[in-house]
Amino acid sequence: MWTFIAKRLLSGLVLVAVISTLAFLLLYVGSGDIARHILGQSATAQGVAQKRAQLGLDRPVLAQYLTWVEHAVRGDLGQSWFTGQQVTQGILDRLDVTLSLVVGATILSAIVSVVPGVAAATRGGWIDRTVQVVTMLGFAIPGYLIALALAIELAINLGWFKPTGYVNPGTSIAGWLGTVTLPILALSAGGVAGVTQQVRGSVVDAMRRDYVRTLRSRGLPEQRVVFEHILRNAGGPALAVLAVQFVGMFGAAVIVEQIFAIPGLGQISVAATQQGDIPMVMGLVVVTAIIVVLVNLAIDLFQGWLNPKVRLS
Amino acid sequence: MTTLLNCRDVVVEYPGKGFRKPPFRALKGVSLDIRPGETVGLVGESGSGKTTLGRAVLGLAPVTGGSIEFEGRDIAHLARRARRALASKIQVVFQDPYTSLNPSLTIERILTEPLTVRNVGSAEARKRVKDLLDQVRLPTDAGTRLPREFSGGQRQRIAIARALALDPVLIVCDEPVSALDLSTQARVLDLFREIQDRTGVAYLFISHDLTVVRHLSHRVAVMYQGEIVEWGDGDQVTAHPQHPYTKRLFLAAPVPDPVRQAERRAARKAFAKSDAGAAVAG
Amino acid sequence: MNTATIPEAEISTAPAEAGAQLSLFRRLLRNPVAVVSMAWLALLILTSIFSPLLAPHDPNLASLQDVLANPSAAHPLGADSAGRDVLSRLLFAGRYSIAGALLTVVVSLVIGVVSGLVAGYFGGWFDTIASWTSGLLMALPGIVALLAARAVIGPSMWWAMAIFGVLISPAFFRLVYASVAAVRDELYVDAARVAGLSDTRIIARHILTVVRAPVIIQAAMVAGIAIAIQAGLEFLGLGDTTKPTWGEMLNDGFANIYSSPMLMLWPSLVIGVTSIALTLLGNAMRDVLERSGSASRSNSKTPMPTVSAEPVVTHGDADRSAEELLSVEHLTVLYDPPGGRQVIVVKDVALNVRRGEVHGLIGESGSGKTQTAWAIMRLLPEGARTTGTITFEGQDLSTVSPRQMQRVRGRKIAYVPQEPMSNLDASFTIGHQLVEPMRLCLGISRQEARRRALDLLARVGIPNPELTFRAYPHEVSGGMAQRVLIAGAISCDPDLLIADEPTTALDVTVQAEVLELLRDLQKELNMGMILVTHNFGVVADLCDTVSVMRLGRIVETGPVMDIFANPTHEYTRSLFDAILDEETSRGPLENDTTDEGVPA
Repeated sequence: MWTFIAKRLLSGLVLVAVISTLAFLLLYVGSGDIARHILGQSATAQGVAQKRAQLGLDRPVLAQYLTWVEHAVRGDLGQSWFTGQQVTQGILDRLDVTLSLVVGATILSAIVSVVPGVAAATRGGWIDRTVQVVTMLGFAIPGYLIALALAIELAINLGWFKPTGYVNPGTSIAGWLGTVTLPILALSAGGVAGVTQQVRGSVVDAMRRDYVRTLRSRGLPEQRVVFEHILRNAGGPALAVLAVQFVGMFGAAVIVEQIFAIPGLGQISVAATQQGDIPMVMGLVVVTAIIVVLVNLAIDLFQGWLNPKVRLS
Repeated sequence: MTTLLNCRDVVVEYPGKGFRKPPFRALKGVSLDIRPGETVGLVGESGSGKTTLGRAVLGLAPVTGGSIEFEGRDIAHLARRARRALASKIQVVFQDPYTSLNPSLTIERILTEPLTVRNVGSAEARKRVKDLLDQVRLPTDAGTRLPREFSGGQRQRIAIARALALDPVLIVCDEPVSALDLSTQARVLDLFREIQDRTGVAYLFISHDLTVVRHLSHRVAVMYQGEIVEWGDGDQVTAHPQHPYTKRLFLAAPVPDPVRQAERRAARKAFAKSDAGAAVAG
Repeated sequence: MNTATIPEAEISTAPAEAGAQLSLFRRLLRNPVAVVSMAWLALLILTSIFSPLLAPHDPNLASLQDVLANPSAAHPLGADSAGRDVLSRLLFAGRYSIAGALLTVVVSLVIGVVSGLVAGYFGGWFDTIASWTSGLLMALPGIVALLAARAVIGPSMWWAMAIFGVLISPAFFRLVYASVAAVRDELYVDAARVAGLSDTRIIARHILTVVRAPVIIQAAMVAGIAIAIQAGLEFLGLGDTTKPTWGEMLNDGFANIYSSPMLMLWPSLVIGVTSIALTLLGNAMRDVLERSGSASRSNSKTPMPTVSAEPVVTHGDADRSAEELLSVEHLTVLYDPPGGRQVIVVKDVALNVRRGEVHGLIGESGSGKTQTAWAIMRLLPEGARTTGTITFEGQDLSTVSPRQMQRVRGRKIAYVPQEPMSNLDASFTIGHQLVEPMRLCLGISRQEARRRALDLLARVGIPNPELTFRAYPHEVSGGMAQRVLIAGAISCDPDLLIADEPTTALDVTVQAEVLELLRDLQKELNMGMILVTHNFGVVADLCDTVSVMRLGRIVETGPVMDIFANPTHEYTRSLFDAILDEETSRGPLENDTTDEGVPA
C-alpha cells in the first residue's frame, strides 16, 4: 500500500515538474520582448534594457529557469510584473474561494449522481429514459449558460440569492451560502450529468456479470447485491469520471467566477492573461497542476480501497 | 528432405511485467521435428507452453534461444519482411472460430486476404474463393455473407479455407476443434484428415485433448511446464504413456462409458497415491 | 460542466459494418432525434456560408442612434451596445464558430488518431510516451492552459482553437488506443500477420474499420465542446474583438443585462442549441451502432428451435424408492424483446430429480440446458418469460414470491457456475463471499460463519484455508476458485445442487479432481444434483440418470447405464457416433510420403 502511494506521489511530482518546465519555456521564450511589452511602445531603448536587467530577462533561459525552480521549491513563485504582488500570496489569498466552489461542486456531483444513476440502471423504463435525457442535456449545455440562466432567474428576477460578490464563511455562513450556492449549482450541472451517466453505465455493466447471478443463487437479497457488490464494482469507473470532472470544473470556475463576480483564481487568471503577467500565469499553472495531482492521488487511493486489483498493479 | 520443420532447444521468454521483474520463460528449450505430410500432435494443459510453441513457429512469439529451421533455413529470427514471404508456406487455424474471423468482412474478403498479398487478380481470386469453399464443403455462394451468419463449425471451415488459400506445406492448428460441439468436432477432424490426404500438407496439431490428438497425429509430443516430457509415435504415447505426467493426463480424461470410467477412476486414484503420481500432482 | 472536460473514451462493441459511414448515415435518417439535430446543424452551416447574402447589415457597422435598439424592421433582433445589428452579427459569428470548431476537430483528430493507432498497434516506447503525454494534457484544465497560451500569443482565435485541438486530442487518442489495443490481439489480426499482410495493410483493413465509427461520434462531441469553449473565452473578453462572435455577443449582453436582457438570449440560444444538437447527434449515432451490434449478436447465438413436438424417449426409471425432490413439468422459456422477434429457448421440458440422485443434462451449445438450469432457480436474465411448473419439495417455485424464492436459493437449491473466475466478486475477499451468505441464510454469528467457512475450504481440498480465506479471487488459480465456489454452494446444506458445466473451464487433470470432489460431497450430503454438461465422459463419471437435450427439448431420458448401452433416439445415437474412440490411433507416418523413402 505504501509503495502504491509513493509511486503515485512520485509520478505526480514528475508531472508537475514537466508541466512547469514546459510552461516556463513556452511562457518566457515564447513571449518575445517582454520588457518592451511591459513598458509600452513609447519607452526608450535604455529603459527597456534596464527593465530587462531588473527582471533578470537578460540572463540565459536556463539560468532564469534554475532561479525560478530554486525559488519555487521554497514556495516563492516570484512577483507580479504589474502589481508587484507576491504571486504565492496572491494565489493563496484566492485559492480557498475557488476551491470551496470546485470541491463543493465535486462533492455535490458525487452525492447527487448515485441515486438517479442506480435507479436508471436497475429500474429501467421511464425512470431510465428521464435520467438519460436530463443527463444528456446537462452534459451538452455549456455550464456558463446554466450559470447565466441561474443568475438571471434565481438571483436577478426572483432575488433569492445575491447575484454577485462573495462573503467569507468566517464572516457569515448564511451569507457565504447565499453567494456560493448558484456558482456551485452551475458548476456541478455537468459533473452530475457525467457521473450519473457513468454510474448508470457501470451499474448496467456490473449487473450483467456472472458473479451477480452466483450471489443471487446464494440467497442474498436484491438490495444487498446491488448496494454492496454492484455499487462497489461500479464505483471505480464513476470515480475516474469524477476525477476528470474535477479538472473540468476547475477550468469552468474561471468563467463562472466572472459571471458571479467572485474574487477567486478566475479573476486574477483573466487579468494576468490580458496583461501578459507571466510570473502570475506561471504560478497559476503550477498551482493548478499540483491541485489536480493531489486530487487524482486521493481518487487513486479511494480506487485502491474499492478494488484490490488496482493496489497491486 | 525428411524434415520440414526442425525446432532445436527453442526458448521463448516474455519480458517481465514491471521494473526489474525477471522475464517469464514460456518455453525452456523445446526440440521437435515435423516431416512433410505428417501430423505432429502437441498435447498439454494451460500454461504448458503448447500454444507458445505454435506461435513461435508462426513468428508471433519472441524466440530468445535455440533455432527453428524450416526447409533447412532458420526462420526464428527473420526480419518482418522476410517473414512475410513465408506466408505461402506456413499457415494457421486458430482455436476460436468467433474471433479468428473479422466480423465486419465478408467471407470472400476474408479468403482473398492472403491472395491480395500475392497480387492475384480479382477474377482469379474469385475463382479461387469458390474452389476453396468447395474444398471445405461450404456452399460456393457463401462468399457474400458475413461470418456471423455461420455456425461455429462452418466458421472453422472458413478459417481452414483461409489457411489453404496459398497452398501451404505446414499448417499450425491451435486447438482448432476445442470450441466446437461434439458432432461438429468429428466432422471438422475428418476434414483435416481428408485435406492432408489430398494435398500432403503437414500439421502441427495443438490440443489439450489426448483423444483428439490420438485420432489425427502420426507422432505426439506431451508438454508440461514449458518442456516436452514425452515424444514419440502417436499410438505409443497415447496408449502406453511412459512419463508420469502423460499417465496422469491419460487417466484424468473421463471415458464416455460408465463401466470403463469406473475402472479408470480407480486406476487414477491408485496412480495418484503412487510415488510417480505424487511427483506430477498439480 | 462540460466545457473543458474530455469525454470518456467509449468503444462501441458493435462490429463496424462494411461501408459503415454510408449505412450509418442512412440509418440515422430513420432516427428522429438525429434528423432534427442534423437539420439544425445544416441550417447553421448554410446560413453561415451565405451570411453576406442573408445579413441585413454589416456586422461591424456601429451606429450611435441604434445603441441597444429594440427589435424593429431595420434590426429584426435589435442592436447591441455599439448599435450594431444583432441578427447580422449572429449570422456572421456562425462562420467563426464553425471554422474554429472545425480547426479544433481536425487538429485533435489528426494528432489523436495517428498517435493512438501507432501507440496502440506497435506499443513500445512510443506507447509509453504517448500515453504519458495524454495523461499530462488531461491533468491541466483546458481553460487554464488556454489562458496561459493567450498570455503569450495574444487574442488569436485560430491559435486558440488549434491549441485547444492539441489539448483535447487525448479524447481521440484514448478512444483509438483502447479500440486498437482491444483489436490488436484478436486472432484475426494474427491470422492476417500469418497471411503475410504488412502492418499498414493490417491497420487499414482490420483496425481503421473498427475505430471509424467511434471516431465520428467523438468528433461530434469534440465539435460541441470546441464551440462552447470558444464562446467561453470570448465571453471572458479574451477573444479577438474585431470579429463578431457568439461569445463576444454574450459578453456584450451580460454587460447590459439590466437594460437590455434580450441581447443575451440570442447568442445563448444559438450556443446552447448547437451544443445540444452535436451531443444528441453523437448519442444517436452511438445508439444506432449499438442496436445493430446487439441485434447481430443475438442472431448468431440463439438458434430457433424448429423441432416439432415429438414424444420423449424414456427408459425405465431404475430406482423409485428415493423421495422425489424436484419435478419440472412443461417448462418453456422464451425471450420476447421489444421490437425483436420472439425466441423460444426451452420448450415443454419435464425433469425429475430424487434425493441423492445425480441427473445429467447433456446437449450441444444452444440446446437450452443452461437456460433450463437457470429457470429452475429463477435466475434467468432480464426479458425471459417462463411457463410450466417447477415443484420442489411439494412447492411450486414458479408461483412463489421473489422473497420466498430468495429463501429457497442457497438454503435449498444451490448453484455451481461454469467459469470460476468471473463468478467471484473481485472486490471482496474469498472469506467475505463465503461468510456473507452463511450469516444471512443460517443466521449465525460472524465468528461461527468464519469457522464454518474455514472448515468448508479445508473440506473442498484447499491446502491452506486461512490464506485462501483472506485472499482476493485474482490471487488463486482457476481450479482453486472452482473449489471455493463449490464450498460456497454447499455452505448452507442445500438439498439440490445445480452444477452448470462445473469443469468445462478447467484443465483435464483439475477436472478429474473437481469431479471427484463433487461426487464425494454429493454422497456425503445426500444431495440431489443436476449436472449440466456437454461431455459424455463427465456423465459417465458422475451421473445416475441423464436427459439429452436438443434445440430446447429433451429427446431422451433415463438411467445412465440404459442410455449408454442402448441409445434409442436418432439424435442421441448421432452424438454417440461422434465420440472419438480410444482404441484407434493413427500410427506413424507411412514412409512413402517422404521424398527419399527413408524410414524414420
